[in-house]
Amino acid sequence: MHHPAPRHPRLDPLADRYAARTHGMKASEIRALFSVVSRPEVVSLAGGMPAVTALPLDAVGSMIGELVSGMGAQTLQYGSGQGDPRLRERICDVMALEGITDASPSEVVVTVGSQQGLDLVTRVFCDPGDVILAEGPSYVGALGVFQAAEARVRHVPMDDDGLIPEALEQTLLECRAAGDRVKFLYTVPNYHNPAGVTLSEPRRQAVMEIADRYDLLVIEDNPYGLLGFDREPMRALRARDDRRVIYLGSFSKTFSPGLRVGWVLAPLAVREKLVLATEAQVLCPPSLTQYAVARYLDTQPWREQIKHFVELYRERRDATLESLEALMPAGTTWTRPDGGFYVWLKLPSGLDAKLMQPRAVNAHVAYVPGIGFYADGAGREYMRLSYCYPEPDQIREGVRRLARVIEAELDLHSTFDRVDTGTFRAVSGPQGPSGRGVEGIVGPANSDRYEDLG
Amino acid sequence: MTDPAPVPATGSEAAPHALRAVVLAGGLNVEREVSLSSGTQVAEELGRAGVEAELRDADAELLPGLAAAPADAVFIALHGATGEDGALRAVLDLAGVPYVGSPAAACRLAWDKPAAKSVVRSAGVTTPDWVALPHSTFRELGAGAVLDLIVARLGLPLMVKPASGGSALGVQKVSRVEDLPAAMVSCFAYGDTVMVERFVDGVELALSVVDLGEGPQALPAVEIAPESGVFDYTSRYTPGLTEYHSPARVSDEVARTAAELAVRVHRVLGLADLSRTDAIVSPDGKVHFLEVNVSPGLTRTSMFPMAVEASGSSLGDVLARLLTRRAATPR
Repeated sequence: MHHPAPRHPRLDPLADRYAARTHGMKASEIRALFSVVSRPEVVSLAGGMPAVTALPLDAVGSMIGELVSGMGAQTLQYGSGQGDPRLRERICDVMALEGITDASPSEVVVTVGSQQGLDLVTRVFCDPGDVILAEGPSYVGALGVFQAAEARVRHVPMDDDGLIPEALEQTLLECRAAGDRVKFLYTVPNYHNPAGVTLSEPRRQAVMEIADRYDLLVIEDNPYGLLGFDREPMRALRARDDRRVIYLGSFSKTFSPGLRVGWVLAPLAVREKLVLATEAQVLCPPSLTQYAVARYLDTQPWREQIKHFVELYRERRDATLESLEALMPAGTTWTRPDGGFYVWLKLPSGLDAKLMQPRAVNAHVAYVPGIGFYADGAGREYMRLSYCYPEPDQIREGVRRLARVIEAELDLHSTFDRVDTGTFRAVSGPQGPSGRGVEGIVGPANSDRYEDLG
Repeated sequence: MTDPAPVPATGSEAAPHALRAVVLAGGLNVEREVSLSSGTQVAEELGRAGVEAELRDADAELLPGLAAAPADAVFIALHGATGEDGALRAVLDLAGVPYVGSPAAACRLAWDKPAAKSVVRSAGVTTPDWVALPHSTFRELGAGAVLDLIVARLGLPLMVKPASGGSALGVQKVSRVEDLPAAMVSCFAYGDTVMVERFVDGVELALSVVDLGEGPQALPAVEIAPESGVFDYTSRYTPGLTEYHSPARVSDEVARTAAELAVRVHRVLGLADLSRTDAIVSPDGKVHFLEVNVSPGLTRTSMFPMAVEASGSSLGDVLARLLTRRAATPR
């Protein structure tokens, strides 16, 4: 005889015990819709997955094999909480490409992707209720970190030249007037995720002047800086100010996201706290992947590999922009990135990218609705398109499908948007909203009346 | 016959020799995620019951795979189109592959919610008034005029739902007339026909039916009480956001009526093996049919497994018995 354990009526016997900050952790219809992207029939313009198959996989494989067989005593062992010293030296070489020439390996903390770096920085600086300024839109993974820290996000608008300095200053004044404690500005200055735009040189200066004037700490998140299509890397904000800027870097886009190696460059006092925080969190970053990155930088032509990535992404960007130009219905606008992975598309007036998503899934094309990139519910009319992963032909097909989806949605809106419900009988008539007084209407609703007989 | 009855437990007798089953899950539609959860649970439960179960997607590899390594029977844990609309089952019929569940023609009928409601109502079952219309009707006749008629005839609140599909995707309760046009727009994103139904307030019940060879029998009703008041996707798939009571907290008479209704629906639509009918008990004790699922959810938060558990059986045993029966006596 089967004797099942008593079942909790809410299925989860711990339902009343979770921390308040987990209340947003719920099953999501949007996330569920993404499940189909694993099917090859679907063109995914959603995920920001780097084109790792363009790496010299055999060489990387041999290299990692040797790290285990020849150096297993070190590579399979615990390491320093701050990260491998040799790797930290090489990280300084990488940062020099973007004008950061004064960084010392002692100021670098290696992290499990820059995502962990951002989490550490947020933990070290933010109490619940503190305010973080971030571009609107902002990287969704950062918003998740800020939400977990129970910080409040104020978005600062952008345009084609990135963050708008005047809007930053205005927001700071408003926060000051409201008595908000602004802990830092979080910014992705190069080839922004999701907006695809880059902070112009004049604006870099203006933002840093404002930071000075308002004593504002800046968190510069720069995973895409070396992936520019048409120019040399821009000078990092950190290169202009080593006290006021904490820099987050990553090998996820220039080498491999699966290795999960990133870093934080911070003044020594901050670095101390970051190391203590990371030791509490993960003890140390994974040794094997740190050695793998250091060996890759030592032995492989990584600068040439980045050029190869850039050419590949440029071709995909071109396919995306050409297809959008040729196919998108009037009223649709989008950014024109000159590096990185993303195009930020604005739908014609009235359309909602989240509500449109099931139609896109049925049409076998995927994108990320814009609402996820705002902490305040804005962004419904936007979507992020990633061109980094699909081949150009797939991109063209994906944009074709997306254009048809938008056209169908426009057709639907043209049917329903002009409806004036204020004139409905149920609203204006004497019978009230039940409308039971209306007789003589034919149609399926008026068919057999079994309801009253059942 | 239709009273809630325990399913006899069989333990390992369910599979005296190692049956080989293919569990189909995934698919290429908006319900893929839920289907993968269902399929994973089914494969695990069958494994515990001694069945060798392999999880497969319904893709271009399926038919060659079934030809190369025939299964004793297929269990369809696909939700949404293809899996529930009868298409895949018709193909399995062509291929001579036995499967658990309702035949293709019955699925096609049940998949079309308005058509199923018509048939069920004709059989004397109570169901809320409704109208189902494609977008073209609103475009051609004027959305304002048509919606005006709908509200005048059906009143408010209204339930707006895709005419086919499950997992509560796209389902909305509309209480204010000014919200109706936007609800129609978002619902049409799921399909070309929308069903607008009169809202019935009351206790929501999931009524599972299983047929192990002795005719369809109702399992104990599962009462659904979502914290938010609306049993939407989030309430359905986040443990802790909904209370489930099985047996339902209704009178014996209501429980009996509900069980009879579920079995009647199963029979009149020609369903087989298993189904789940969703119903509402209004304050006057009347049970109203809402819709029926030929491929009920089998995830850890789904109501069919709860009903099996409430009957004193284990899900694995019941699924294994259904498989054994179909493997032995294909339709």
